Amino acid sequence: MSVHASWYLTLAALLFTIGAVGLLVRRNVLVMFMCIELMLNAANLTFVTFARALNDIGGQVAVFFVLVVAAAEVVVGLGIIVAIFRRKVGATADDAHLLKG
Amino acid sequence: MIGSAHLAGVVGARLVAASGITIPHIDYTAILPELILLGGMLLLLAAAALSPRPLPTEAYATATVGLATASLVTSLVLWRDVTDRGPLTTVAHSIDVDGFALFFLVTISCILVVAPMLGAGYLRRERISGPEYYVLALISGSGAMFMASANDLVLVFLGLEILSIPLYVLAGLDHRREASGEAAMKYFVLGAFSSAIFVYGIALTYGATGSTNLAEIGAFLARNVVTSDGVLIGGLGLLLVGFAFKVAAVPFHMWTPDVYQGAPTPATGFMAAMAKAGGFAALLRVFVSTFPSLRSSWQPVVFVLAALTLLVGAVVAVVQSDVKRMLSYSSINHAGFVLLGLQAATARGVAGSLYYVFTYGLVVLGSFAVVSLVGGSGEDRHDLARFRGLGRRQPVIATAFAVLLLAQAGAPFTTGFFAKLYVVEAAAAAHSYLLAAIAMGSAAIAAFFYLRVVFLMFSDAGAAAPAGEGATARAVEAARPAGIEPAGAAGGSWVPEPSGAVATMVAPVTRSAAADARSVSSGVVALDVSGEPPVATSPWILAGLGICVAVTVVFGVWPQPLVEFAHQATLLF
Amino acid sequence: MIHAAFLIPLFPLVGFAVLAPFGRKLGNPLAGWIATLLVAASFVVTVLVFVALFRIAPAHRSVTEPWFDWISVDRLRVGAGLLVDPLSLTMASFVTGVSALIHLYSIGYMRHDEQFPKFFTYLNLFVFSMLMLVLADNFVLSFLGWEGVGVCSYFLIAFWFDRAEAASAGKKAMIFNRIGDAGFLLGIFLVFERTGSVQYTTVFARLGHVGTPSLVAIALLLFLGAVGKSAQIPLFPWLADAMAGPTPVSALIHAATMVTAGVYLMCRINPVLHLAPDAAHVIAWVGVATAFVGATSACAQDDIKKVLAYSTVSQLGYMFLAAGSGAYVAAIFLMLTHAFYKALLFLGAGSVIHAMDEDQDIKNMGGLAKLMPITGVTFLVGWLSIAGVPPFSGFWSKGDVLQNAWAVTPALWAIGAVTAALTAYYMGREYFLVFQGQRRWVEARPEASHGPEHGESYTARGLHPHDPTWHMSVPLVVLAALAVLGGLVNLPFHPSLVFLERWLSPVVGATLLQHHFSAGAEWLFALVDAALAILGVAVAAALWRKSSDRPALEPRFLSMAWWVDAAEDRLVARTGEALASFTATVVESRVVDGAVNGVASLVRTTGERLRRVQSGYVRSYALGLTAGVVVLLAYLLVRVGS
Repeated sequence: MSVHASWYLTLAALLFTIGAVGLLVRRNVLVMFMCIELMLNAANLTFVTFARALNDIGGQVAVFFVLVVAAAEVVVGLGIIVAIFRRKVGATADDAHLLKG
Repeated sequence: MIGSAHLAGVVGARLVAASGITIPHIDYTAILPELILLGGMLLLLAAAALSPRPLPTEAYATATVGLATASLVTSLVLWRDVTDRGPLTTVAHSIDVDGFALFFLVTISCILVVAPMLGAGYLRRERISGPEYYVLALISGSGAMFMASANDLVLVFLGLEILSIPLYVLAGLDHRREASGEAAMKYFVLGAFSSAIFVYGIALTYGATGSTNLAEIGAFLARNVVTSDGVLIGGLGLLLVGFAFKVAAVPFHMWTPDVYQGAPTPATGFMAAMAKAGGFAALLRVFVSTFPSLRSSWQPVVFVLAALTLLVGAVVAVVQSDVKRMLSYSSINHAGFVLLGLQAATARGVAGSLYYVFTYGLVVLGSFAVVSLVGGSGEDRHDLARFRGLGRRQPVIATAFAVLLLAQAGAPFTTGFFAKLYVVEAAAAAHSYLLAAIAMGSAAIAAFFYLRVVFLMFSDAGAAAPAGEGATARAVEAARPAGIEPAGAAGGSWVPEPSGAVATMVAPVTRSAAADARSVSSGVVALDVSGEPPVATSPWILAGLGICVAVTVVFGVWPQPLVEFAHQATLLF
Repeated sequence: MIHAAFLIPLFPLVGFAVLAPFGRKLGNPLAGWIATLLVAASFVVTVLVFVALFRIAPAHRSVTEPWFDWISVDRLRVGAGLLVDPLSLTMASFVTGVSALIHLYSIGYMRHDEQFPKFFTYLNLFVFSMLMLVLADNFVLSFLGWEGVGVCSYFLIAFWFDRAEAASAGKKAMIFNRIGDAGFLLGIFLVFERTGSVQYTTVFARLGHVGTPSLVAIALLLFLGAVGKSAQIPLFPWLADAMAGPTPVSALIHAATMVTAGVYLMCRINPVLHLAPDAAHVIAWVGVATAFVGATSACAQDDIKKVLAYSTVSQLGYMFLAAGSGAYVAAIFLMLTHAFYKALLFLGAGSVIHAMDEDQDIKNMGGLAKLMPITGVTFLVGWLSIAGVPPFSGFWSKGDVLQNAWAVTPALWAIGAVTAALTAYYMGREYFLVFQGQRRWVEARPEASHGPEHGESYTARGLHPHDPTWHMSVPLVVLAALAVLGGLVNLPFHPSLVFLERWLSPVVGATLLQHHFSAGAEWLFALVDAALAILGVAVAAALWRKSSDRPALEPRFLSMAWWVDAAEDRLVARTGEALASFTATVVESRVVDGAVNGVASLVRTTGERLRRVQSGYVRSYALGLTAGVVVLLAYLLVRVGS
């Protein structure tokens, strides 16, 4: 029994949406960041699905690149988050609104 | 030694051949500019790690300028090769070094030549030591270069990230200031968000066309008439969002003012120049040369983006009283002008956009450099009032700033004039009359806030009352480094007339403080001051500003060579 | 050697570039010497290029020296380049030559002026502009020079800007010239629109495809430019006022060179005029009318320089008469000789003004010939030249013009001939009043004398008129020699002697109307010309040798120059002022300001609203971004679906 590709794509779209909505509704920067990871992985799932459907290895290779970039982003992102929230323990994204207007 | 390396190579090749994967051939000369930047960056890091004493920031700046110059020369040599022998394609067609790419390579190299000059003084003043600023700038520049020469959406994405991630860090480089950290966080969260959207766009495009290679996508679209494929159109839309975020097009611009304002000022200038160069390089290439057949779909969207960008950038800048933030909004307005060339989607429009990106890059670098000078230590002096009377206190700096602002306003005899002229003309030639009219209207609005600063700089210092209270505080600040407490100034406001006696009392004190500051600081020249704290200039920043102003004026009076270059670049697509 | 042509305008430009920042440091007289030597160097180069061009076969004597692409927009390609041909080089050689002499003269004339370096800065800029005008290979670059000389003329007329009269004269010159410039610009636009080029050689090659009405329009628009620059009816009043500038300026700019630019332009576009004979007729008639009005006005002036100014107007009229008659060689010939004798007369006048302690009223002079022998003799030479007494240069050049006018229609000739006699008369009047007769200045001089500008400063101290320093005398003598001998360049006796005509024939030969009169007719013309000149001289001698007060001969109508200035002031200036004040008080303050303020406040309120969207919360930015994505995708997908 094989699952049709469109199901994977739908799942990916759902994951992507969940990630996006999560980013909007959660205040913890770390969780927001995890939501972004979710979105990236939704894109990866799409890549893989299409690669399989098209019988093309390119899509799978792209996944590796995305993973590597995501890892790099995590490194930098965590660094930035730590640098900011070191001075305010338990702070959320909403506490940083010095710059506006 | 050589033999064993050869053997290893042969074995490696066998192994690869056995597994059915072919390692693509890499033409290293084609990516030499990027390699110079990345290799030099590693050397800088190594030097910083290995040197027993911390190296002065100027040493790193010198090295960076040298590297950027090398990459500039390499790019120009490549340009000659490409005009003679046609584009170079390498790494399995994922990199395409053509005229278009080389125009951006030259642009990016120029930005990298000037940026360290403008940043060094600031870093010294803010006591941000170490090679980070330069290393990050070099990485970011190489990312922008990859974006410009990428011929594969995955490589575009990689370039985008190599460009962006260092910029996130640059925004937060000054960890003593809270605003800098906040800027980094905002930029990072929104940037990563937009990257995710961009990647999803790539995935959808890949699914619809069967490839991520731009040439193959183009070939696919040429073979098949697909105007109603939802996946493809959706992917296209998400790609556009990713780029629009990077170049700060409305409504994907909201990070821009906050990040630009919070970031260390030289980093802001660099960001504005570099992110726009990289972003527009890929945006123009992907949309104009790969998706021309879907033009009827994306052109209206770009129309709306451009119109919104032009208007919002100009209108909100008008109500800003913080010059740094005002320039941030103005950079949004400029992005709208560059989008004009994309919306036209003609060779002329693209050439106009190229000219715009190049000239704006240098103008914005110089502008923010002046802001960094006036902003003073700790970056708390960015409001308009601080620029009052700058023309009398700092005639050279004020004149340079005036030229750069006039260029941004599009005054004749500056590059800004021709830049605006070319894109508006291209829009009109492509029958986008409404957009051309909006662009000119927004330029008229924008002229107001540029000229306001110019006017303030050359009007008499202390002529208006609002500066009064701040001036007292400033006098106190100015006197403090020399250990003198201006007791007389603490009570009354000293610029307005009523307490003229106090003013005469304080003035000599302030001046002696400035004189002391001059003798104390080595290598940094503190210039004359009356009422405002000294603006510390250095030969570095003056040289950098000189380059920016010279390019702005020379190519403003004689635009032909640059226009020709941009035009050739679009021909060699 | 022809490639060295770029040096011709470069030298004065260098002079300007050096003097503008450093003139004050170089000071008096070094700044003046630098300026003079650079212009002299320019003259030397011109002569060398001239010789080089002379060596080329006549058919190839038109060399274009391109420099760089100056403006390139769409079809419009404007290069910066020089057109070296006999016409431009003839102009360039006398412009540089006369300029060098007048620079030298100015070192003496301006030596007590505090603004000495500035004066030479402007003079060098002027020479550069004039040379660009003359040597440019296209209309646009010529126009740049055209505007450049206009600006320098303004600077120099208003050089003593603290005198109200000089300042307003500068403005007046500027405004009258702008009217002409508008015509010139429109002419260039039309040229480009009809031929697709602004380069002289290309334009002239394409004239065959242009309809006659367009050609007439082009010719008349360019002529309007020439009317402004060369002070023809109705735009001549500025030239009389321009005499408020220093005398060397009057000599160089308002007599010898700049004002002849219009004539040069007409000669340059001779292929156009050839194809538009109607326009040529207009030019000839405007020219002869100006000649007559100028000459009559000159008869009634009391200011030594204003006589010369109206005389210049009149002589320029002759040049346009020649150009309009198709006699371009005669126009250039007259321009050349006029440059010599008019510069001479002005410099002589300057010398007199110096000697008279800045008084310019000829009624206050008299008997100066004995005290200022060099000035007196050279002025006499200038007078006889302009009067057309044989064998002085004016006789040959004016005779040439009149002959050609006869060939078009005897009516033109008749007016021209009457004007010639008038010329001899009014210059005679000036000569006698200044240099002969009683010394009206020996007596106690009136405290409040004539002329509002100079009347206030006189004291009763005596004057000691004497010849000027050598800086000023040398140019006088050189120019006098040229004024005597200038006719040699184009003698009518034998075809081998018409040097100028043969030299210019590559430029104007194709369109030159050849009027070959019989030898008898030529002699008759010459005799009539000579008789008229001598008649004028004799009448002047009879009337003004002994007396200085003949109000019947100086009606107010003539001293006010036919009321042209007053009429223009009433009709145009007052109307314009009324319109301007209406615009300023009603349109500007109510309509324009209202609209501007309205837009500004709209922008402001919109901006204030929009900035509130920028809340500072990163999540609201993400929301904005997401909303943008949703709207964008919705739009795209709805379009796909439909």
